[in-house]
This record gives sequence, C-alpha cells and structure tokens, in this order.
Amino acid sequence: MKYLKNVSTLEFDRNKCKKCLMCTVVCPHGVFKYENNEIKITDRDRCMECGACVNNCPYDAIKVNKGVGCAEAIIYSLLTGKEPKCGCCED
Amino acid sequence: MNTNNNSCCSAEDKSNFSKYSESYVLTTKLTPLGFIPVISSKINFRDKLEHFKCRVSSFRNNYKIEPGLYALGTPDESSEVFVTANYKYTFDVLRKELNNFNCWILVLETGGINVWCAAGKGTFGTEELVEKIKETQLERLVSHKRLILPQLGAVGISAYEVENQSGFKVIYGPVKAEDIKSFIKNNYEAFENARRVKFPIWERIKVAPLELVPALKKFFYLSIVFLIFFGLRKEGIMFKDIYYIGLPMILLTFSALVSGAILVPVLLPFLPFRSFALKGCVTGLIAPLISLFCFSNFLLILFCWIFLPAVSSFTALLFTGTTTYTSPSGVTKELKIGLPIYIAGIVVCILILIIYKLSVLGVI
Ligand code: SF4
Ligand code: SF4
Repeated sequence: MKYLKNVSTLEFDRNKCKKCLMCTVVCPHGVFKYENNEIKITDRDRCMECGACVNNCPYDAIKVNKGVGCAEAIIYSLLTGKEPKCGCCED
Repeated sequence: MNTNNNSCCSAEDKSNFSKYSESYVLTTKLTPLGFIPVISSKINFRDKLEHFKCRVSSFRNNYKIEPGLYALGTPDESSEVFVTANYKYTFDVLRKELNNFNCWILVLETGGINVWCAAGKGTFGTEELVEKIKETQLERLVSHKRLILPQLGAVGISAYEVENQSGFKVIYGPVKAEDIKSFIKNNYEAFENARRVKFPIWERIKVAPLELVPALKKFFYLSIVFLIFFGLRKEGIMFKDIYYIGLPMILLTFSALVSGAILVPVLLPFLPFRSFALKGCVTGLIAPLISLFCFSNFLLILFCWIFLPAVSSFTALLFTGTTTYTSPSGVTKELKIGLPIYIAGIVVCILILIIYKLSVLGVI
C-alpha cells in the first residue's frame, strides 16, 4: 500500500553517505536499498516520514520533516498552531 | 556494593517495589546489582483479560509495568539484553516470544505506551535509554556491550548517539516480537521480510471497530438533534415525522460512519485513490443511494448526497492515525484541501435543512 505521490520530504545526500547500511536496516518500508555499491532510494512514495533513518545515520546524509501521519494530530496543529499532538496513544 | 544485597532487607524490597509482586514475577535472582525479578514467559488468563481491556479502551490504558531490569530464564553476564517499553501488552508479547531463552529485559519508562507510539513521541528515545543504562548500572551486570531493540524503536532512538553516550551498541531486531526467534537463530540478523511494517487484513479488521468508538458520542448528540429537528412541526413534535424522516436519517448517518470507519480500513487496498478522504467518499456513496428509497423530498435527498459522503470521508481521514504508512506531509495535504470542502459542505447542508424546514412549516 502506498500513500500520496510526491509528498515525502525525504532528502538523501549521496556525497555524505559512508555506506554504513544503517538506513537500510531501520526503515520500516524498505525505502533505502544497497545496490551496485551504492545506497539508493527505491520508492520515496513509500516513505512515511517516521525519521528512523535520519536518527540513525551517523553521517548526517539524510533529511526529512519527521512527524506522525495522523489526521487528528495534524488538525490539532493546524487549528492551534502548536506541535501535532496525537491523542490516540495518549495516556 | 549495593546495599540491597543484604539478605535481611530482601523481604522489605519485595514490599517496596510493586514489580516483585506482579503475577508474572516468579522469583528474584541475586546479581551484582542486587535482586532482580525473574519473570515467567507464560501468558495467563489475567494477562489475556488485560490485553482485551487494553484494546477496548481504545489505546488509552494504564497497563504499565515497572521500568527497570528483569531476568528471563537463567541469564548470566554473557546473556543478551532486550530493550522494550513499559506497556504491559508489549512486555507480555516479548516475554512470551522469548520462552526457553535466557536473557535480560530492560524496560524503559514510556508512560505505558507501545514502542512505536512512544518512539514517535520521543519517550522511547535516546535520552531515556541512556538514562536507564546508567541508572541500572547495566555494565556491571553484563560483560558485553550489546543491546537488542525492536526496529521500530529507531523512530525515537539514535543508535550511534547511544553508543557515544553509554558505550552500548544498539542492534535493531525485527519489527515484530514473533520474529525474534528466527532473528536469534539467524545470528542476530533480521530477514528482509521481518524488517517491514505491514498492515494485513486481519490487523485492519481488528483495529477498525475501535475507530467507531470515539465517533459514537458525537453521533448520539447528532441523533437527538435530528429527532427534534425533523419531528418539529407547528403543532409540536410529530411522532410520524420522527419515524419516517428522523429515524431513517439517523440510520443513514450511522451507515456513513460505518463506511468511513470500517469499510475503508477493511477494503483499504481495494478502494480506488490513494487519498483517504477520497476512499471515504467512495464508500460514502452507499448511504445516499439507500436514501433514494427512504425519502421522496428533493431537499432531503440532496442533503443526503452531500452530508453522508462527507461524514464517511472525514471518518476515513481520521483513520490515518491508525495506519502504518501515512506520512504527515500527505495527511497535511489532504487536510488543507479537505477541511475547507468539509466546512463548505456543512454550511450548505445546514442551509438545505433550513429551507426544507421552512417549506415543511409552510413559511415559504
Ligand atoms: S545511514 Fe547514512 S551513511 Fe549509512 S548508508 Fe544510510 S545514508 Fe549512508
Ligand atoms: S523517514 Fe522512515 S519511512 Fe521514510 S525513509 Fe526514513 S525510515 Fe524510511
């Protein structure tokens, strides 16, 4: 299943990448792939902007506007101007 | 030396820490860090009952467990350390999957929230993990420097930061605890398949009804408004109008809610469009089609064709919070286009109803 086309803010800087493969391990949607001695983005439409790759890239080669893809949280943020707050898993 | 090692205090320890009295704690184990609770890998009836309650209380739960270190089996200084959240269900699944395995479990304080949600919020994060490693003095318990984390923890954890700050190397295990056994067998490498988050049909069926629960309260108030509004005549509240217009309208609204909250999640990959708002519109066409058989008044039918798909569409959009693949940029895009349309739709609906009522009352 894929979400909307061309919306992900994922950016990858090939020059900074040292091919440690961490991004290929942590991404829950297999967006990064190691192929022909090169890290590649396979399908950016699969990216859910969870930020796992950015957190774990030791060489600062990846950027993304990390967040939760939850309408309730984003409506809250659009209406109040505050950070998106997700009520569905609030304690 | 830790003073807790004093045997005369061990009884007191048990009463001080609730974690020693929980049903999953079998006994305690004397380690260089003092007594550590040894837990069972069996899930009993009480655990199952709690899991059920966790589910029906729609993610809000207080089924927390005490953070800190636990022992499973008979671990020693070379045993692996698994890190998890202090949500009881997550903890239970992990200990169940680790049966016949000797290991340590380090539980982080995530406020009783599962790993993925907590990692998204940052409570299952680098800071908390490093703090727990220091607080528990983990380096005195194990002779190696490895931690095994669920892969989804990576949303909140930075492996290289953890290593910088604590000396412990983070190994990301599979997404699901059920793949841990093959992960261990495969030399602590997860198979490609176990690294992906999926959203299979049975999981969607399981979560779909939960989507309805928060909507029911609003639905109840709207139903009362409908009954009064449609029943109202010059002569007072008419039972006949309530029965022939108010009641069908309530049932149609409920079916629109079901199309958005249940049909969309269940049929997800089979519905056209990638947008949740549009998927909701598609399933939301069922209710207005039924309305053709309920009403003969043109205004009422027009109202149904605008109001019911909008209800279904918005409910479907709210389901993005439960899915495993929607991005914030995508949801923001849907909302920026959708919200003005929903608001305009509601205004038009209210106008239609006012015109309808005035005509029924014979004013126009
Ligand atoms: S984690 Fe960063 S450095 Fe490592 S392979 Fe991915 S992009 Fe390259
Ligand atoms: S943000 Fe998440 S989904 Fe997107 S590429 Fe990075 S790890 Fe994968």
